[in-house]
Amino acid sequence: MSEQKIIEIEVLRYLPESDQAPHSEIYKVPFTDDMSVLQGAQYIKDNFDGSLTFRWSCRMAICGSCGMMINGVPKLSCETFIRDYYPNRITIEALANFPIEKDLVVDLSSFIEKLEAIQPYIIPKEPRTVEQGEYIQSPAQFAEYIQYTSCINCTLCYAACPQVGLNQNFLGPAVIALAHRYNMDSRDGGQDQRMELLASMDGVYNCSAVGYCSEVCPKHVDPGNAVNVNKINAAKDYFLRFLSPKGGSK
Amino acid sequence: MINRKRSNAPIFWGLFGAGGMIAALFGTMLVFITGIAVPMGLLLPANTMSYPKMLAFAQNFIGKGFIFVVIALMLWHAGHRIFHSLHEIGIHPGFFARLICYGGPLVATIISAALLLGLGF
Repeated sequence: MSEQKIIEIEVLRYLPESDQAPHSEIYKVPFTDDMSVLQGAQYIKDNFDGSLTFRWSCRMAICGSCGMMINGVPKLSCETFIRDYYPNRITIEALANFPIEKDLVVDLSSFIEKLEAIQPYIIPKEPRTVEQGEYIQSPAQFAEYIQYTSCINCTLCYAACPQVGLNQNFLGPAVIALAHRYNMDSRDGGQDQRMELLASMDGVYNCSAVGYCSEVCPKHVDPGNAVNVNKINAAKDYFLRFLSPKGGSK
Repeated sequence: MINRKRSNAPIFWGLFGAGGMIAALFGTMLVFITGIAVPMGLLLPANTMSYPKMLAFAQNFIGKGFIFVVIALMLWHAGHRIFHSLHEIGIHPGFFARLICYGGPLVATIISAALLLGLGF
């Protein structure tokens, strides 16, 4: 047996009942090479301080709950390994650009509001009865949007986006990627309704093409691409809306 | 609350995008020709940018258009880029920033159009 390795984990703590502002606490955590940063946080909760609060569920990068800033980078803590930081200290903090609710838990209500606003579901082009059978979609039509369906709403891209930091109302990368996902679906007819938001003051033009959102995305959705494709779509809608009888928004 | 008002950004973003395209296609080449090759006598004849040749270029319909597009669109591109960079470093877009970043290219566009037309055909 090799000697037990110990890593220092610095956690940004915030207890709304007693704290005026967040503060850091350092814990010395014994670890094995197969331990994730999430497991490190669980070790702290089980052994040092049961009040440490963080979200997690699946432990395998599917649920999108355990996002946090790890040494300043937005990551899913379940797929980030302690061994990659040893012997240096790991700093974990609540996701940037969101208000902290408690410790590593952030308030996601602004994200949920934006997500609901873009109607992330199929708005059928024409209503179909059960008798008419299923929608038919070709592999080419499927390939148009499949990449954007991988989003798990982990909001790492929001923590990465400098423009979300500057304008809290900016729709942001994931929401625009999901709007694009439904817009690109051959069964969907909701483009005009979503365009009102994409082309709005809080829409795609807030983006300055930094691209960090796509870099941190754990599911390779490439939200940056969705945002920038929709700058072109919104520009077409802006200039051509007078020619089209349907138009986008007002 | 999301502000649903339609943004006028497509106008400025369009000019920015067009200017970026021009800069990418011609910018480097123009720096090389006007800043390095001609002054140092590399590759091109020494009188490539002599006054009569440049005047003839600017009086030609296509040459005139090229000069106008290069000056105006590149300035719109630069103005928009600076405007957004100011925002990113914490100087938030107010009336004054807009006036400088978009007013500058607008004035330069009008002046270059007037001068180019004034040169005749």
